[in-house]
Amino acid sequence: MTDGPLFLATLRLADDALVLGHRLSEWCGHAPVLEEDLALANLGLDLIGQARSLYSYAGTVEGRGRDEDQLAYLRREGEYRNLLLVEQPNGDFAVTMTRQLLFSAFMHPFHVAMKASSDPTLAAIAAKAEKEMAYHVRHTGEWLIRLGDGTAESHRRAQAALDELWPYSGELFEVDEAMRAAIEAGFVPDPEAIRPRFDETIDHVLAEATLNKPKVGAFQAGGRAGRHSEHMGFLLADLQYMQRTYPNATW
Amino acid sequence: MTTQNWPLWEVFIRSRNGMAHRHVGSLHAVDAPMALQAARDTYTRRGEGLSIWVVPSQAITASDPADKDMLFEPTASKIYRHPTFYEVPDDVGHM
Repeated sequence: MTDGPLFLATLRLADDALVLGHRLSEWCGHAPVLEEDLALANLGLDLIGQARSLYSYAGTVEGRGRDEDQLAYLRREGEYRNLLLVEQPNGDFAVTMTRQLLFSAFMHPFHVAMKASSDPTLAAIAAKAEKEMAYHVRHTGEWLIRLGDGTAESHRRAQAALDELWPYSGELFEVDEAMRAAIEAGFVPDPEAIRPRFDETIDHVLAEATLNKPKVGAFQAGGRAGRHSEHMGFLLADLQYMQRTYPNATW
Repeated sequence: MTTQNWPLWEVFIRSRNGMAHRHVGSLHAVDAPMALQAARDTYTRRGEGLSIWVVPSQAITASDPADKDMLFEPTASKIYRHPTFYEVPDDVGHM
Protein backbone atom coordinates (compact mmCIF):
# COMPACT_ATOMS: atom_id res chain seq x y z
CA MET A 1 0.00 0.00 0.00
CA THR A 2 1.66 3.17 -1.16
CA ASP A 3 -1.25 5.53 -0.72
CA GLY A 4 -0.17 9.04 0.13
CA PRO A 5 -1.21 10.94 3.25
CA LEU A 6 -3.61 13.22 1.36
CA PHE A 7 -5.55 10.24 0.01
CA LEU A 8 -5.63 8.48 3.37
CA ALA A 9 -6.66 11.57 5.32
CA THR A 10 -9.46 12.29 2.84
CA LEU A 11 -10.61 8.67 2.79
CA ARG A 12 -10.81 8.51 6.59
CA LEU A 13 -12.98 11.61 6.75
CA ALA A 14 -15.15 10.21 3.95
CA ASP A 15 -15.59 6.84 5.69
CA ASP A 16 -16.55 8.52 8.98
CA ALA A 17 -19.16 10.62 7.23
CA LEU A 18 -20.60 7.77 5.15
CA VAL A 19 -20.87 5.26 7.97
CA LEU A 20 -22.40 7.70 10.45
CA GLY A 21 -24.68 9.06 7.74
CA HIS A 22 -25.84 5.52 7.06
CA ARG A 23 -26.50 4.91 10.76
CA LEU A 24 -28.65 8.03 10.91
CA SER A 25 -30.53 6.96 7.79
CA GLU A 26 -31.52 3.78 9.64
CA TRP A 27 -33.75 5.98 11.82
CA CYS A 28 -35.80 7.07 8.83
CA GLY A 29 -39.37 6.06 9.61
CA HIS A 30 -38.42 4.87 13.11
CA ALA A 31 -37.65 8.03 15.08
CA PRO A 32 -39.67 8.71 18.23
CA VAL A 33 -41.60 11.62 16.68
CA LEU A 34 -42.11 12.86 13.15
CA GLU A 35 -40.18 16.08 13.78
CA GLU A 36 -37.14 14.11 14.93
CA ASP A 37 -37.47 11.70 12.03
CA LEU A 38 -36.95 14.65 9.70
CA ALA A 39 -34.16 16.08 11.85
CA LEU A 40 -32.18 12.82 11.90
CA ALA A 41 -32.63 12.38 8.15
CA ASN A 42 -31.34 15.94 7.71
CA LEU A 43 -28.25 15.24 9.80
CA GLY A 44 -27.68 12.02 7.88
CA LEU A 45 -27.95 13.78 4.53
CA ASP A 46 -25.44 16.42 5.66
CA LEU A 47 -22.95 13.64 6.35
CA ILE A 48 -23.63 11.73 3.15
CA GLY A 49 -23.20 14.97 1.22
CA GLN A 50 -19.81 15.46 2.88
CA ALA A 51 -18.91 11.84 2.14
CA ARG A 52 -19.68 12.33 -1.57
CA SER A 53 -17.41 15.36 -1.85
CA LEU A 54 -14.65 13.61 0.07
CA TYR A 55 -14.85 10.30 -1.83
CA SER A 56 -14.96 12.06 -5.14
CA TYR A 57 -11.84 14.00 -4.20
CA ALA A 58 -10.12 10.92 -2.75
CA GLY A 59 -10.68 9.16 -6.07
CA THR A 60 -9.06 12.05 -7.92
CA VAL A 61 -6.11 12.15 -5.55
CA GLU A 62 -5.65 8.39 -5.80
CA GLY A 63 -5.60 8.57 -9.59
CA ARG A 64 -6.60 4.97 -10.23
CA GLY A 65 -9.95 5.78 -11.76
CA ARG A 66 -12.08 4.93 -8.73
CA ASP A 67 -15.09 7.21 -8.38
CA GLU A 68 -17.15 8.02 -5.28
CA ASP A 69 -19.47 5.03 -5.78
CA GLN A 70 -16.62 2.56 -6.08
CA LEU A 71 -14.97 3.91 -2.95
CA ALA A 72 -18.22 3.92 -0.99
CA TYR A 73 -19.76 0.66 -2.13
CA LEU A 74 -17.13 -1.67 -3.49
CA ARG A 75 -14.48 -1.89 -0.81
CA ARG A 76 -14.19 -4.71 1.71
CA GLU A 77 -14.64 -4.25 5.44
CA GLY A 78 -10.93 -4.16 6.23
CA GLU A 79 -10.44 -1.36 3.70
CA TYR A 80 -12.71 1.05 5.56
CA ARG A 81 -10.86 3.52 7.74
CA ASN A 82 -13.70 4.97 9.82
CA LEU A 83 -13.75 5.44 13.58
CA LEU A 84 -15.22 2.64 15.66
CA LEU A 85 -17.50 5.26 17.23
CA VAL A 86 -19.48 5.91 14.05
CA GLU A 87 -20.21 2.26 13.30
CA GLN A 88 -21.71 1.57 16.74
CA PRO A 89 -25.39 0.60 16.49
CA ASN A 90 -28.12 3.18 16.98
CA GLY A 91 -29.27 1.68 20.28
CA ASP A 92 -31.97 3.77 21.89
CA PHE A 93 -32.45 7.45 21.17
CA ALA A 94 -29.96 8.48 23.88
CA VAL A 95 -27.23 6.32 22.29
CA THR A 96 -27.79 7.91 18.88
CA MET A 97 -27.72 11.42 20.35
CA THR A 98 -24.60 10.73 22.41
CA ARG A 99 -22.76 9.19 19.45
CA GLN A 100 -23.65 12.19 17.31
CA LEU A 101 -22.60 14.68 19.97
CA LEU A 102 -19.22 13.04 20.56
CA PHE A 103 -18.55 13.02 16.81
CA SER A 104 -19.77 16.50 15.99
CA ALA A 105 -18.22 18.13 19.08
CA PHE A 106 -14.91 17.02 17.57
CA MET A 107 -15.70 17.49 13.88
CA HIS A 108 -17.05 21.02 14.18
CA PRO A 109 -13.78 22.56 15.42
CA PHE A 110 -11.91 20.15 13.14
CA HIS A 111 -13.63 21.57 10.04
CA VAL A 112 -13.21 25.13 11.34
CA ALA A 113 -9.47 24.47 11.53
CA MET A 114 -9.39 22.60 8.20
CA LYS A 115 -10.67 25.73 6.43
CA ALA A 116 -7.00 26.76 6.64
CA SER A 117 -5.84 23.51 5.01
CA SER A 118 -2.89 23.71 2.63
CA ASP A 119 -5.11 21.72 0.25
CA PRO A 120 -7.72 24.01 -1.36
CA THR A 121 -10.29 21.24 -1.92
CA LEU A 122 -10.22 20.08 1.70
CA ALA A 123 -10.45 23.73 2.78
CA ALA A 124 -13.53 24.20 0.59
CA ILE A 125 -15.20 21.02 1.88
CA ALA A 126 -14.48 22.16 5.45
CA ALA A 127 -16.05 25.56 4.84
CA LYS A 128 -19.33 23.87 3.92
CA ALA A 129 -19.19 21.14 6.55
CA GLU A 130 -18.39 23.53 9.39
CA LYS A 131 -21.89 25.05 9.35
CA GLU A 132 -23.53 21.64 9.17
CA MET A 133 -21.53 20.30 12.11
CA ALA A 134 -22.28 23.40 14.18
CA TYR A 135 -25.96 22.55 13.87
CA HIS A 136 -25.32 18.88 14.74
CA VAL A 137 -23.60 19.99 17.96
CA ARG A 138 -26.48 22.24 18.87
CA HIS A 139 -29.24 19.77 18.06
CA THR A 140 -27.71 16.77 19.79
CA GLY A 141 -26.43 18.85 22.72
CA GLU A 142 -29.88 20.28 23.39
CA TRP A 143 -31.36 16.80 23.24
CA LEU A 144 -28.81 15.30 25.59
CA ILE A 145 -29.39 18.12 28.07
CA ARG A 146 -33.10 17.35 28.08
CA LEU A 147 -32.57 13.60 28.33
CA GLY A 148 -29.97 13.85 31.11
CA ASP A 149 -31.85 16.50 33.06
CA GLY A 150 -35.24 14.95 32.33
CA THR A 151 -36.94 12.04 34.05
CA ALA A 152 -35.18 9.40 36.15
CA GLU A 153 -35.51 6.97 33.25
CA SER A 154 -34.18 9.35 30.60
CA HIS A 155 -31.29 10.28 32.90
CA ARG A 156 -30.42 6.64 33.45
CA ARG A 157 -30.46 5.90 29.73
CA ALA A 158 -28.44 8.98 28.82
CA GLN A 159 -25.77 8.10 31.38
CA ALA A 160 -25.75 4.49 30.14
CA ALA A 161 -25.29 5.72 26.56
CA LEU A 162 -22.41 7.95 27.61
CA ASP A 163 -20.76 5.14 29.59
CA GLU A 164 -21.10 2.83 26.59
CA LEU A 165 -19.73 5.22 23.95
CA TRP A 166 -17.15 7.23 25.85
CA PRO A 167 -14.42 4.57 25.40
CA TYR A 168 -14.71 5.16 21.63
CA SER A 169 -14.08 8.90 21.89
CA GLY A 170 -10.33 8.52 22.35
CA GLU A 171 -9.94 7.36 18.75
CA LEU A 172 -10.93 10.84 17.57
CA PHE A 173 -7.52 12.02 18.75
CA GLU A 174 -5.48 9.11 17.47
CA VAL A 175 -2.53 10.11 15.29
CA ASP A 176 -0.66 7.37 13.43
CA GLU A 177 2.16 7.71 10.95
CA ALA A 178 -0.07 8.50 7.97
CA MET A 179 -2.02 11.04 9.97
CA ARG A 180 1.20 12.66 11.23
CA ALA A 181 2.37 13.10 7.64
CA ALA A 182 -0.97 14.68 6.68
CA ILE A 183 -0.76 17.06 9.65
CA GLU A 184 2.80 18.04 8.85
CA ALA A 185 1.84 18.75 5.24
CA GLY A 186 -0.91 21.02 6.55
CA PHE A 187 -3.72 19.00 4.95
CA VAL A 188 -5.60 18.40 8.20
CA PRO A 189 -5.38 19.97 11.67
CA ASP A 190 -3.68 18.28 14.60
CA PRO A 191 -6.39 16.68 16.77
CA GLU A 192 -4.57 17.87 19.88
CA ALA A 193 -5.35 21.44 18.83
CA ILE A 194 -9.03 20.44 18.70
CA ARG A 195 -9.12 18.92 22.17
CA PRO A 196 -9.80 22.12 24.17
CA ARG A 197 -12.87 22.92 22.05
CA PHE A 198 -14.09 19.31 22.25
CA ASP A 199 -13.68 19.28 26.05
CA GLU A 200 -15.42 22.63 26.35
CA THR A 201 -18.47 21.48 24.38
CA ILE A 202 -18.73 18.12 26.14
CA ASP A 203 -18.19 19.56 29.62
CA HIS A 204 -20.80 22.23 29.03
CA VAL A 205 -23.41 19.75 27.78
CA LEU A 206 -22.71 17.18 30.50
CA ALA A 207 -22.91 19.80 33.24
CA GLU A 208 -26.28 21.05 31.95
CA ALA A 209 -27.44 17.47 31.48
CA THR A 210 -26.32 16.48 35.01
CA LEU A 211 -24.35 13.59 33.49
CA ASN A 212 -20.96 12.35 34.66
CA LYS A 213 -18.03 12.01 32.30
CA PRO A 214 -16.87 8.40 32.60
CA LYS A 215 -13.36 7.69 33.80
CA VAL A 216 -11.68 5.44 31.28
CA GLY A 217 -8.21 4.02 31.43
CA ALA A 218 -7.85 2.77 27.87
CA PHE A 219 -9.73 3.73 24.76
CA GLN A 220 -11.01 1.50 21.97
CA ALA A 221 -9.21 1.96 18.66
CA GLY A 222 -8.55 0.06 15.45
CA GLY A 223 -10.98 1.54 12.94
CA ARG A 224 -8.28 3.71 11.37
CA ALA A 225 -6.29 0.56 10.65
CA GLY A 226 -9.30 -1.29 9.24
CA ARG A 227 -9.97 -3.41 12.35
CA HIS A 228 -13.67 -3.00 12.96
CA SER A 229 -16.22 -4.06 15.52
CA GLU A 230 -18.60 -6.94 14.82
CA HIS A 231 -21.25 -4.42 13.75
CA MET A 232 -19.40 -3.26 10.66
CA GLY A 233 -20.04 -6.31 8.50
CA PHE A 234 -23.80 -6.07 9.00
CA LEU A 235 -23.71 -2.37 8.28
CA LEU A 236 -21.82 -2.88 5.03
CA ALA A 237 -24.07 -5.74 3.97
CA ASP A 238 -26.99 -3.34 4.19
CA LEU A 239 -25.14 -0.35 2.73
CA GLN A 240 -23.59 -2.20 -0.20
CA TYR A 241 -26.44 -4.55 -1.03
CA MET A 242 -27.83 -2.66 -4.02
CA GLN A 243 -24.51 -1.95 -5.68
CA ARG A 244 -23.27 -5.50 -5.21
CA THR A 245 -26.50 -7.10 -6.41
CA TYR A 246 -26.99 -4.77 -9.36
CA PRO A 247 -23.49 -3.57 -10.27
CA ASN A 248 -23.39 -0.10 -11.82
CA ALA A 249 -27.10 0.36 -11.29
CA THR A 250 -28.29 3.92 -11.77
CA TRP A 251 -31.64 5.56 -11.21
CA MET B 1 -41.76 8.95 25.64
CA THR B 2 -45.06 9.85 24.03
CA THR B 3 -46.02 13.00 22.26
CA GLN B 4 -49.24 13.55 24.10
CA ASN B 5 -47.69 15.94 26.62
CA TRP B 6 -45.65 17.90 24.12
CA PRO B 7 -47.15 21.30 23.43
CA LEU B 8 -48.10 22.34 19.92
CA TRP B 9 -46.29 25.24 18.27
CA GLU B 10 -47.20 27.34 15.25
CA VAL B 11 -44.35 28.07 12.86
CA PHE B 12 -43.88 31.33 10.96
CA ILE B 13 -41.17 31.84 8.37
CA ARG B 14 -39.94 34.99 6.69
CA SER B 15 -38.79 34.08 3.22
CA ARG B 16 -36.97 37.30 2.39
CA ASN B 17 -35.94 40.52 4.06
CA GLY B 18 -38.78 43.01 3.88
CA MET B 19 -41.44 40.30 3.78
CA ALA B 20 -43.68 39.47 6.72
CA HIS B 21 -43.40 36.17 8.56
CA ARG B 22 -45.94 33.75 7.12
CA HIS B 23 -47.57 30.85 8.87
CA VAL B 24 -46.28 27.61 7.38
CA GLY B 25 -47.55 24.92 9.72
CA SER B 26 -47.31 23.51 13.20
CA LEU B 27 -45.31 20.94 15.13
CA HIS B 28 -44.85 19.38 18.55
CA ALA B 29 -41.82 20.15 20.71
CA VAL B 30 -40.95 20.14 24.40
CA ASP B 31 -39.90 23.80 24.58
CA ALA B 32 -39.10 26.87 22.50
CA PRO B 33 -35.46 26.12 21.55
CA MET B 34 -36.40 22.59 20.46
CA ALA B 35 -39.41 23.94 18.58
CA LEU B 36 -37.11 26.30 16.69
CA GLN B 37 -34.83 23.43 15.71
CA ALA B 38 -37.74 21.21 14.71
CA ALA B 39 -39.09 24.10 12.61
CA ARG B 40 -35.74 24.41 10.88
CA ASP B 41 -35.68 20.70 10.08
CA THR B 42 -39.34 20.44 9.16
CA TYR B 43 -40.03 23.63 7.23
CA THR B 44 -36.78 25.13 5.88
CA ARG B 45 -35.23 22.15 4.13
CA ARG B 46 -35.38 23.74 0.70
CA GLY B 47 -34.08 27.19 1.49
CA GLU B 48 -37.47 28.61 2.41
CA GLY B 49 -36.43 31.22 4.88
CA LEU B 50 -34.22 33.71 6.62
CA SER B 51 -36.01 33.85 9.93
CA ILE B 52 -38.25 31.58 11.97
CA TRP B 53 -40.78 32.39 14.67
CA VAL B 54 -42.32 29.69 16.81
CA VAL B 55 -45.36 30.58 18.90
CA PRO B 56 -47.14 28.33 21.38
CA SER B 57 -50.46 27.47 19.73
CA GLN B 58 -52.11 28.19 23.07
CA ALA B 59 -51.00 31.81 22.80
CA ILE B 60 -53.10 32.31 19.69
CA THR B 61 -56.66 33.52 20.07
CA ALA B 62 -58.63 32.72 16.95
CA SER B 63 -61.93 34.00 15.66
CA ASP B 64 -64.86 31.65 15.92
CA PRO B 65 -65.96 30.28 12.54
CA ALA B 66 -69.56 30.81 13.71
CA ASP B 67 -68.89 34.57 13.76
CA LYS B 68 -67.96 34.54 10.09
CA ASP B 69 -71.07 36.38 8.91
CA MET B 70 -70.80 39.12 11.52
CA LEU B 71 -67.08 39.65 11.17
CA PHE B 72 -66.43 39.39 7.47
CA GLU B 73 -69.51 39.50 5.29
CA PRO B 74 -70.36 43.21 5.78
CA THR B 75 -67.15 44.24 4.00
CA ALA B 76 -68.25 42.59 0.77
CA SER B 77 -70.95 45.19 0.08
CA LYS B 78 -68.68 48.20 0.60
CA ILE B 79 -67.38 48.57 -2.90
CA TYR B 80 -65.58 51.81 -2.05
CA ARG B 81 -63.11 49.66 -0.14
CA HIS B 82 -62.34 47.77 -3.31
CA PRO B 83 -61.31 50.46 -5.77
CA THR B 84 -60.87 48.09 -8.68
CA PHE B 85 -62.74 50.36 -11.10
CA TYR B 86 -59.97 52.96 -11.47
CA GLU B 87 -57.87 53.01 -14.61
CA VAL B 88 -54.28 52.38 -13.50
CA PRO B 89 -51.53 53.35 -15.97
CA ASP B 90 -49.45 50.38 -17.08
CA ASP B 91 -46.28 51.97 -15.72
CA VAL B 92 -47.60 51.85 -12.19
CA GLY B 93 -47.65 48.08 -12.08
CA HIS B 94 -49.23 46.44 -9.08
CA MET B 95 -50.78 48.70 -6.51
